[in-house]
Amino acid sequence: MKGNEAIAEAAIRYGVDGYFGYPITPQSEVMETLMAMRPWETTGMVVLQAESEVASINMLYGGAGSGKRVMTSSSSPGISLMQEGISYIAGAELPCVIVNVVRGGPGLGTIQPSQSDYFQAVKGGGHGDYKLIVLAPSSVQEMADFVGLAFDLAFKYRNPAMILSDGVIGQMMEKVELDEYRPRWTDEEIIEKNPWAATGKKPVRGQNIMTSLHIQAVDQENVNRRLQAKYKEMQEKEVRYETFMCDDAEYLIVAFGSAARISKKSVELAREKGIKVGLLRPITLFPFPYKEIGSYADQIKGILVPEMNAGQMIEDVKLAVNGKVDVEHYGRMGGMIFSPDEVENALEELIIGG
Amino acid sequence: MIDVKDIIKPENLVFKKSKVLTDTPMHYCPGCSHGVVHNLIAEVIEEMEIQETTIGVAPVGCSVFAYNYIDIDWHEAAHGRAPAVATGIKRLMPDKFVFTYQGDGDLAAIGTAETIHACNRGENITIVFINNGIYGMTGGQMAPTTLEGMVASTCPSGRDHARDGYPIKMSDLVAQLPGTCYVTRQAVHTAGAVRKAKKAIRKAFENQKRKKGVSLVEVVSTCNSGWKMSPVDANNWMAENMFPFYPLGDLKDE
Ligand SMILES: Cc1ncc(C[n+]2csc(CCOP(=O)(O)OP(=O)(O)O)c2C)c(N)n1
Ligand code: SF4
Ligand SMILES: [Mg+2]
Repeated sequence: MKGNEAIAEAAIRYGVDGYFGYPITPQSEVMETLMAMRPWETTGMVVLQAESEVASINMLYGGAGSGKRVMTSSSSPGISLMQEGISYIAGAELPCVIVNVVRGGPGLGTIQPSQSDYFQAVKGGGHGDYKLIVLAPSSVQEMADFVGLAFDLAFKYRNPAMILSDGVIGQMMEKVELDEYRPRWTDEEIIEKNPWAATGKKPVRGQNIMTSLHIQAVDQENVNRRLQAKYKEMQEKEVRYETFMCDDAEYLIVAFGSAARISKKSVELAREKGIKVGLLRPITLFPFPYKEIGSYADQIKGILVPEMNAGQMIEDVKLAVNGKVDVEHYGRMGGMIFSPDEVENALEELIIGG
Repeated sequence: MIDVKDIIKPENLVFKKSKVLTDTPMHYCPGCSHGVVHNLIAEVIEEMEIQETTIGVAPVGCSVFAYNYIDIDWHEAAHGRAPAVATGIKRLMPDKFVFTYQGDGDLAAIGTAETIHACNRGENITIVFINNGIYGMTGGQMAPTTLEGMVASTCPSGRDHARDGYPIKMSDLVAQLPGTCYVTRQAVHTAGAVRKAKKAIRKAFENQKRKKGVSLVEVVSTCNSGWKMSPVDANNWMAENMFPFYPLGDLKDE
């Protein structure tokens, strides 16, 4: 199945309560699949087409504040429109899942795949000091698996989580193993698991108020401190990454998502030529595997960061090695996709030859 | 001089504070309609015995802190987004009573799309719409509802439709949509008006049980601070100028 369809299938099986979205290429199949599957007749999941991405993210805010598992999906221009709501959700510390199947920009850009929303996803995106948990799938299987993972992390930390995918993985067809159906949380389970949610004030507790408003500076700073402590804990506990042929590597490729998938082939091509190169693929883009990449700094001679953008994740890779190793970017933009050969050539020219 | 304590005696008490109001002192300017409408909502919730099943959605505007006064669970929405937030809540918890409380800037300017589409989908929610013809919170700027010729800080020589467009009648607009079941325009400037407004709010909440769509109660309101008038002058000015353009009464009741 397609990556976008895998998201929809996984959402129903995971017991998601609500999906709110607005059509945009290249991810409209998510809502189309959900509407065709009619989960409101089976699991009771609500699926609603909103009037805009502004509305859909605010429907998420209402659903998340009710303690429900809610998600949306969109692509770059739509995600930009959601930034206000995402900032409010992060400020109110509510869990939800947002899928961005990235296309090239800026502006209306192209409907072709890109990774040019990395900064927006990992550095906040909207206003105020906040972070999203960001997962980067590089296969259709991971599109399915990361729905549940994203919800688990979102509820663990009461923080919005984003699946940062792109048109390659959204449209790609692969075999997928899907989880068994899980029942949605009952109302009683929601009150027990999410005692903070606005489920109706009971005599046993005070009001539950979902808000990001703290008019006094001291109060706001305390909230900011709590958020920062949470992000620090994520950085310590939730970093996920994958390595491929890194043990004896003299050179490293660091790439995420579809770029990592292509780069894996590039590593094989280089290895055939006797070049000792490995691939490190960050799976969580926030928290970013700084330490893990940094630990290779003494072992390797250079790092290539192939990205389908003008060079965004490279900034975090540079931070990770802190000037100890040469780090170069190789990119294609505007929806152009590099081939394994191109990346392998870039490795030889920019890193080994350079 | 008479001490307030000498006046507040059981034998002098005519009204009781609703149990659904918190003890937090309201921050509204004296004479402001917001506090009166809060009180009516609290009384309706108390009388319907739905304190444990009602979720409010507060706006951005002077009533941003509505959740400090009405003792229920709340969401504080971004400016204009309350109807979308309420949609999310109601779709996922259809048995709860869900209402938004919004000013005219919130509902009729920045949140026009969310308002129209929540109404058009026929969400089973209540919308309480405080139309004071001005942006109270930010210091008296022109609102979409500001009357022609009316002075505001961003139209200091009066609203001129050639430059500023016309005042918008949101209740008339949404009454056209099949997704609304009850649209009414009320005020709270006299005891009689307050009683009528309360009845309307009660009906708007009762309607959620019938699942017939949006009930919207517009309350034509004063903002004496923004209008730069005394509370009494503001009430008179409202009756003379606002009511002819925003006539009170039901626009739709199905
Ligand atoms: C996105 C955004 N734009 C602008 C503001 C500033 N702002 C706060 S309240 C408000 C107007 C509120 O007016 P109204 O809805 O009529 O409520 P009132 O205070 O009159 O009750 C504005 C413009 C904001 N908070 N958010
Ligand atoms: S500024 Fe206007 S709307 Fe705000 S509290 Fe004062 S009178 Fe009420
Ligand atoms: Mg106003």
